[in-house]
Amino acid sequence: MSGPHNDVIDALVGIAPGTALDAIRARRPDARTHAQTSYRALFAPEDFGDVTAVERFAVARFIAGLHEAADVAALYAEGLAGSGASAALRAAVDAAIAEGRTQGPYGSFPPGPLSGENTAGPVYRVGDETGRGLGRRLAAAFEHTHMLIFHPRDAAAPALQALLDAGWSTTGIVTLSQLVAFLSFQIRVVAGLRTLAHA
Amino acid sequence: MADTTLTPPAHTVPTAFTRDQLDWLPWLEPLAVEALTERHLAGLVDAARAKSPYFRLLARDPDVLGARTRTDKDIFYNADAGLPRAERELAATAASRFNGCIYCASVHARFAATYSKREADVQRLLDGGTGVDLDERWNAIVAASVALTATPIAFGPQHVERLRRAGLDDLAIADVIHAAAFFNWANRLMLSLGEPAA
Repeated sequence: MSGPHNDVIDALVGIAPGTALDAIRARRPDARTHAQTSYRALFAPEDFGDVTAVERFAVARFIAGLHEAADVAALYAEGLAGSGASAALRAAVDAAIAEGRTQGPYGSFPPGPLSGENTAGPVYRVGDETGRGLGRRLAAAFEHTHMLIFHPRDAAAPALQALLDAGWSTTGIVTLSQLVAFLSFQIRVVAGLRTLAHA
Repeated sequence: MADTTLTPPAHTVPTAFTRDQLDWLPWLEPLAVEALTERHLAGLVDAARAKSPYFRLLARDPDVLGARTRTDKDIFYNADAGLPRAERELAATAASRFNGCIYCASVHARFAATYSKREADVQRLLDGGTGVDLDERWNAIVAASVALTATPIAFGPQHVERLRRAGLDDLAIADVIHAAAFFNWANRLMLSLGEPAA
């Protein structure tokens, strides 16, 4: 999926050198460079630390699937397969996407004047069979990821305790949070720029 | 010993969107200032950020933090044409208001108000939400930021057309896209790793 300048956003949007969008991205050179550096730091780091490559690509594939962002989802599906994930795990990720699809953002505010804006929505719990395919760590990560994607204002300390209880370290949770947050950015830049290119 | 979450000290929970200065209290242990290595400091980008528990928590993955921060700075601070800073901050505020990040909205509403001198309009966005009527140009920026923040994404050619009619060129529209997209990154970190305190 690497484009001519090896930039994943350019490749996903289909930005060729010399086009109007190439010139626009060139006006924000650090944003372009470091969106790519962020991607590399998450998916091809010097040291995978507390989060395996399989876990990183599985979470990314799940997020892209929840966004119904087909091209981005294909990139991370390819990465997941390339990271050595089993067919059973890949099937469980696909099952989780089907289970988890909804529309956001929803969720609750602290009790007070904003309570009238509280919006109900599903709290995702991984299905039994899907959970067996994902394993304990990834099942917990997917439940947390679903909240962060669709109802981030419901986040609370017990959600982090659930990750710790499932075997995630504090540093691993920081990396997981960055993965979810970065994908939320990357998918939107790709969708936005693609729309701009064709409008 | 297994890691545990932190219980923040007693504090006042903000219950409304505000331009007031808020604190942020972590739910996970930041790195200690004295434990920061060269690599952590490189990830912090600005040495002054070592004072912030938020950045010292993110410094646990220093390479990602450094790349995040450099992306952020160029999207908001690069003054080479495009969208005026005030309206980049407006897009950040709109995304934060829609996702429900009271902390992020407070910071960027202050910037939007300062750079635009339109304190009353920014406050109406905070109080009334992303459906309030500001003026057509600001309404178009807010609507585009909200559509891009929805999951699945609801941003389409009609948003681009409306921004163009409001006078934005394509570089400025790309700035709206990046500012709103970046706050979908920032909101999820601030909301999920700790909480605001008034």
